[in-house]
Amino acid sequence: MDLHSIVMVKQVPDTANISGQVMKEDGTVNRAKLPAIFNHEDRAALELALRIKDEHGGKVTVVTMGPPRASDILRECLFMGADEAILISDRKFAGADTLATSYVLAEAIKKVGNYDFVFAGRQAIDGDTAQVGPQTAEKLNIPQITYAEEILEVTETSVKVRRKIDGGYEILESKLPVLITALKDSAFPRPFKAKRVMAYKNSKTLLELEKLAEGNSLLYTDQLKEEYQSKHLYIQTFTMDDLKLDEARCGVHGSPTKVHKIDSVVLAGGNQEMVEPNKAGISNLIDKLMEDHILG
Amino acid sequence: MKIQNKDVWVFIEQRNGKPADVSFELLSKGRKLAENLNGNLKAVVIGSKIKQLAAETFKYGAVEALVIDSPELEHYRTMPYSRILTELAELHKPRIILFGATVIGRDLAPRVASHTKGGLTADCTDLQISNVKYLKNDYENLLLQIRPAFGGNIIATIITPEVEIQMATVREGVMRLDPLPVPVNGRITEIPYVSNEFDNLVKIIEQHRQENKVNLKGASIIVSGGYGIGSKSNFKLIQELAALLGGEVAGSRAAVDAGFLTADRQVGQTGVTVRPKLYIACGISGAIQHRAGMNESNKIIAINSDPDAPIFSIAHYGIVGDAMQIIPMFINVFKQKLR
Repeated sequence: MDLHSIVMVKQVPDTANISGQVMKEDGTVNRAKLPAIFNHEDRAALELALRIKDEHGGKVTVVTMGPPRASDILRECLFMGADEAILISDRKFAGADTLATSYVLAEAIKKVGNYDFVFAGRQAIDGDTAQVGPQTAEKLNIPQITYAEEILEVTETSVKVRRKIDGGYEILESKLPVLITALKDSAFPRPFKAKRVMAYKNSKTLLELEKLAEGNSLLYTDQLKEEYQSKHLYIQTFTMDDLKLDEARCGVHGSPTKVHKIDSVVLAGGNQEMVEPNKAGISNLIDKLMEDHILG
Repeated sequence: MKIQNKDVWVFIEQRNGKPADVSFELLSKGRKLAENLNGNLKAVVIGSKIKQLAAETFKYGAVEALVIDSPELEHYRTMPYSRILTELAELHKPRIILFGATVIGRDLAPRVASHTKGGLTADCTDLQISNVKYLKNDYENLLLQIRPAFGGNIIATIITPEVEIQMATVREGVMRLDPLPVPVNGRITEIPYVSNEFDNLVKIIEQHRQENKVNLKGASIIVSGGYGIGSKSNFKLIQELAALLGGEVAGSRAAVDAGFLTADRQVGQTGVTVRPKLYIACGISGAIQHRAGMNESNKIIAINSDPDAPIFSIAHYGIVGDAMQIIPMFINVFKQKLR
């Protein structure tokens, strides 16, 4: 039945491995200093979209908004089976909060157009806000199903989804198009296909082709672009101008939330009583707790 | 920007007609914010047969409950709920709207914030009202939205100076429940529900909900394990100690992510906030997100092999050692004393 899914993915800093040196003075994050990974829940979202394509036909387009190096995860999407990948990148997007991000993503999705599903992970590990999905759905004026645990049934005009609710689950049926945000366990992402890795490992965004041309006087960006397009190795790139965006709604300017101040975490320290890690120490501790009527 | 309105709204979440605890906790906090702003605290209650529930908000200081009561609104659904709240917010322009950071709150709030172009901060651990100087401009009575950020190295204070409506979500248990000795003589304002074509794009086919069996918030003793416990089978020791002391088992986010225990037992910024008589932290390094959820415990024992672990700084008793050796020792000594 040819269903078109657009999947929003994000490259995120690996927050499990953060050092204190990555915060800039204005309280934003110096992402360049962090190892970057594919947000896990977004990968599950891509898997859900690929399964719909496997079962019902159609295509899967992935979009990401981020710096040029975010193209890494777009290639990974192509390795998994995505048909098309789009990088949305512009210096003017820097410092965007969830409102500004959802504005840009929604406009990019409108430009791609003609979709039945929009997928995303429930949240990204760098902010844990879970806001971009719903805010994008609102701007597209389509319904949303957040916290999806499983896709149960897909027809040409509707979808049945099991989603988590507080203390349980519910099964929802939505008309298409709909935006769905996926929990990590909703689908186990498929491995890369060797054939696709070979095919797409050299795919490049416009920004990467420009860099290539800069480094070699015999190469021209336009020529390269044509060549890569003909070989299906060109990753589309949308800038602010491509999307005809209102600059006042992008990046820092379009972000109502501002970091007023950053406090480093002050540890009080020195007030605790150290207990010897042996029987006598612990016996002593338990006596104290019993005296205070905390134990026993 | 001249802002007239000073009201604080709390979205009152109900499941099968029962109010969520977090909503009343937010009313308790919202009352103080409204006092600071010199404004009114109002509750927004959406559902079916909910007038009695709406009146309960007066116990926590709401002076008015905006009630949208219709059989069609019995269960939370994104489309009608977000549309109703958005329309109300655009009409009345409250200064602040607070939501529980529940599945419902996190589904609803961003949609409202998107439409009203308001600011929204997720999972705040504190909210305050303050005058702020930001980029050389003076702002009066802004909502300070305070939350740990980025790996827990920092605490960020977020403001939304240029918007009319400031929004925040807060996890259950973070704010203290604080009923008034005498309820406010509040007013119920009924607002009719008029459905539109978008409201029914998504239908609920089935719903299954179990009462939460885990009651961390009410536990007087909590034994909590972190990533340092190492494995799910090692976690049995935590369970054994908890059972012996008559307490509940909990864990850090890292332990939950590693699959050592279920998410409903997670203590911290994105889990539950607890204030037990005794909190025993085993193999927990004590990132700020975890400490935010337990640092008001009456007594804290920290067991960790790393003497520099931040958890020791908030502990009353610190034991430097391998939790896998210390816990059995604790169990044995305690059993002997009980005899």
